[in-house]
Amino acid sequence: MDVVWFLVLSAFIFCIGAAGVIIRRDPLVILLCLELMLNGGNLALIAFARMHGGEGGQIFALIVMVIAACEVVIGLGIIVAMYRNRLRIDVDEMTELRG
Amino acid sequence: MWFEQVMFFVAAAAALGGALGVVMLRNPFYSVLSLVVHLISLAVLFLLLQAAFLAAAQVVVYAGAVMVLYIFVVAYIGGQDEAMRPDDSLISSFGPLFAAAIAVELCLALIGTGLESLDTRGADVGPGFGSPGEIGSLLLQGFLVPFEAASYLLLVAAVGAVVLARRRRGLEEEPPPPPPEAATETLEVRA
Amino acid sequence: MSATDYGWLILAFPLAGMLITSFGWRVLPGRVPGWIASAAIGLAFLAAIGALVQIQDLPAEERSLVDSAWTYTATAGVRVDMAILVDPLSVFMCLVVSGVSFLIHVYSVAYMTGDRGLARYFAYLNYFVFSMLLLVLAANFVILIIGWAFVGAASYLLISFWYRRNTATYAGIKAFVMNVIGDVGLVIAAFLLLNETGTLDFGPMFAGAEDAFPRNDGTLVAACLLILVGAFAKSAQLPLHTWLPDAMEGPTPVSALIHAATMVTAGVYLIARTHPLFELAPTAADVSAIIGALTLFFAATVALAVTDLKRIIAYSTISQIGYMVLGVSVAAYGAGLFHLMTHAFFKALLFMGAGSIIGAMAGLQDIDRMGGFRRAMPFTFVTFTIGALALAAFPLTSGFFSKDEILAFTINRGGGYWVLAIVGYIAAALTAFYAFRMVFRVFYGDPVPEARELEEGHLAHHDPQNPMTGEAEDTDVGFPGPEHAIAERSWPMKAAMGPLALLALVAGAVQIPGATDVIEHFLEPTFEDSRFHDTAPTEGSELVGLVVGGLISLAAITVAFTVYLRRPGTTDRLRERFAAVHAFLFNKWYFDELYDAVFVRPAATAGSFGRRVIETDFVQGFIVGGATGIVRVGTSFARAIQTGYLRGYALLLLLGLGALALYFLIASS
Repeated sequence: MDVVWFLVLSAFIFCIGAAGVIIRRDPLVILLCLELMLNGGNLALIAFARMHGGEGGQIFALIVMVIAACEVVIGLGIIVAMYRNRLRIDVDEMTELRG
Repeated sequence: MWFEQVMFFVAAAAALGGALGVVMLRNPFYSVLSLVVHLISLAVLFLLLQAAFLAAAQVVVYAGAVMVLYIFVVAYIGGQDEAMRPDDSLISSFGPLFAAAIAVELCLALIGTGLESLDTRGADVGPGFGSPGEIGSLLLQGFLVPFEAASYLLLVAAVGAVVLARRRRGLEEEPPPPPPEAATETLEVRA
Repeated sequence: MSATDYGWLILAFPLAGMLITSFGWRVLPGRVPGWIASAAIGLAFLAAIGALVQIQDLPAEERSLVDSAWTYTATAGVRVDMAILVDPLSVFMCLVVSGVSFLIHVYSVAYMTGDRGLARYFAYLNYFVFSMLLLVLAANFVILIIGWAFVGAASYLLISFWYRRNTATYAGIKAFVMNVIGDVGLVIAAFLLLNETGTLDFGPMFAGAEDAFPRNDGTLVAACLLILVGAFAKSAQLPLHTWLPDAMEGPTPVSALIHAATMVTAGVYLIARTHPLFELAPTAADVSAIIGALTLFFAATVALAVTDLKRIIAYSTISQIGYMVLGVSVAAYGAGLFHLMTHAFFKALLFMGAGSIIGAMAGLQDIDRMGGFRRAMPFTFVTFTIGALALAAFPLTSGFFSKDEILAFTINRGGGYWVLAIVGYIAAALTAFYAFRMVFRVFYGDPVPEARELEEGHLAHHDPQNPMTGEAEDTDVGFPGPEHAIAERSWPMKAAMGPLALLALVAGAVQIPGATDVIEHFLEPTFEDSRFHDTAPTEGSELVGLVVGGLISLAAITVAFTVYLRRPGTTDRLRERFAAVHAFLFNKWYFDELYDAVFVRPAATAGSFGRRVIETDFVQGFIVGGATGIVRVGTSFARAIQTGYLRGYALLLLLGLGALALYFLIASS
């Protein structure tokens, strides 16, 4: 397959994740959609690595996976803390950063 | 060659389906499972791109460890079914529109680009491309700094998780889960 | 030591006195600041004598010495030195100023005893003498204007010396504002002269004036008229005279020094110093003479009606300075300056006597409440009467010779000047009349309670009050002290008034027409470049003038004697019959009301308009409020974006990303 097919696919995955971040109200699902966007990016990186023939893109994608894992840890920790403090698990209720 | 193309389309369809499932399924548990499907199909795609080690890492780390963590949390928290339609704020209507606009833009960029190498299968690579040995030697030679930085990041994340999960003093008993009446309340309000 | 060294010493001593009394006011006890200040002026007088001696040693052509301390600026087109000019005119003025100032300082030591601001008073007084000496010793317009402004400031400080009295502070402000009008005129005149002649120094300017200006040139007339504005503001001539009667709010020695003997004569000095310019612009000189004559008549009439003792003497000052201005305007320089000297003597004496009387009255100044002090205060009576005789130009007093010489010169100029001379003689009659009005009202008649108490041996006492408005005061700082001094009981006052009385009697001897010619001869080197130098009246006409003047004086005194002593009650009958005229005179020809309506009220209205509309509504409301309002509206728009709504933020991020991608897409196509 031509590389461009993979890139188009990664664009679609990325945009589906972005739409999900905006539409959904449950922070858990929003985190999942963030994972989608990161994966889209990963796919694009690996496609370009294949195109150039160098493995720098794959290393990059590996590091992105590490980052995604860390982010998930912290995000879920926040959600658990929200739950423990009896807050509503709904991002529309978290408006303390209002100006 | 035809095998590759068939595999590509199957994996792509599964990936897209999983993605759409994450976004559109109401129950968060189902969303998580949908994401697992998406991740595995992405691993297949990685294999098609000669990134064997990454495909394995994807399945083992991502779909394995991270998603299991997710499932733990979803089970703990409960995750109510979220109502979809009654939310008629502007954002919910325009969000997908803007995402689609960006998708169109990116596609235009990719397809209308003058880069010729995009229309090929890529450079000629040897059989060891994407193997763990090559990845490992690169990690320890050319990309040592990102490797070490990533390890620091993991340390920081672990410390952060411990801090977040720590029980404060004065909070002796475990707080009860939010009562189910709240969920029905929300449902009624937004009915 | 040369004459200019003495000149610098004349300036240094009062300055040192001022610095010592002002910086040492906490450590100097009691009346010591007064003695220090008097000693400073005494030393200045001795230095002036030294300068006199030195300058008389020089041949007559070289008696004009300039010494520069440092050059303030020397650029293209203008050169200004900090320089003093020692010539007969300035030495004459220095002697008069420092001599009379010394006696007044001695008098003040007794008068201001017990006042909590004693050190401040003497610091101000020394500062004033320093400024006046700087003015008369100036060698160019810049130093003159500096001294001019300083004496204005000193006048303000001393008029409002008892600063907690509202009337005093208002009077100080009034004096200062009118003096500033004069300052502006003087500065513009200096600029006009600099523009045409290219220099500000007196010597070169007067020498080059004849070449720079054709006769009666417009610019020169304008410059001279502006100099007149300055001179009239300082010397309280029409129309800038209204500040001087109000300036009587200050302590009586201040009135004696500043507003009788020295500061108000600065205008006369200025016209005398710039006489080459006035002689080249006869229009301005004529204007000056006419205004001088009008003033002397106006002031004499008002002095007939007002009832505050110090204000009668103030109006007589305005009137006598009118004579001096008339004198120097008709080129009778020697006569005008001679009258300046004699006037300093007898006017200071009159004010000192008035101070003594006011002390006996425990602060009251209304002559309607005075009477019969003759037995209680013999020394004051004698000295005051001598001063009144000199003022009235009684034959053989000093005022007799000086005033009538001016009028003789005026007649000698011929033509329209006859009118001015006749006005002068009429006013001389009025002068004699009101001078003895004062004497007869205060010292003759039945003794008032204060006089009776004094005859029994103790000073009367009243609760402290404002002499003009009658409102109650106290004797703390900013108000007059609790003690009142009269001449009979304090030797400094006697030591000051005695010499002045003597001088008022005999000083005429230096300028008897036909016999002595001291002043005229002494001042000749300064004034010999006058084109009227050789047109002095003959001895015969001068003697005729003297006789006429003497007769007028005697007649007026007799009339006053009749009105006040022989037929008491005449004045009351006259006041009833001529009530309108009396009201007109009593209200000072309504000048204050006129200025209030024309200048003060519009200015106040403009000020309140500025405050209400421009400041509050426009600047505060529109500009400042508008600026802050715009910022507030703009930021409230920005604040509206900060909703705290997570999905909104995410959408904004997405939009930004889309816009960026679009930009790159378009840019690369």
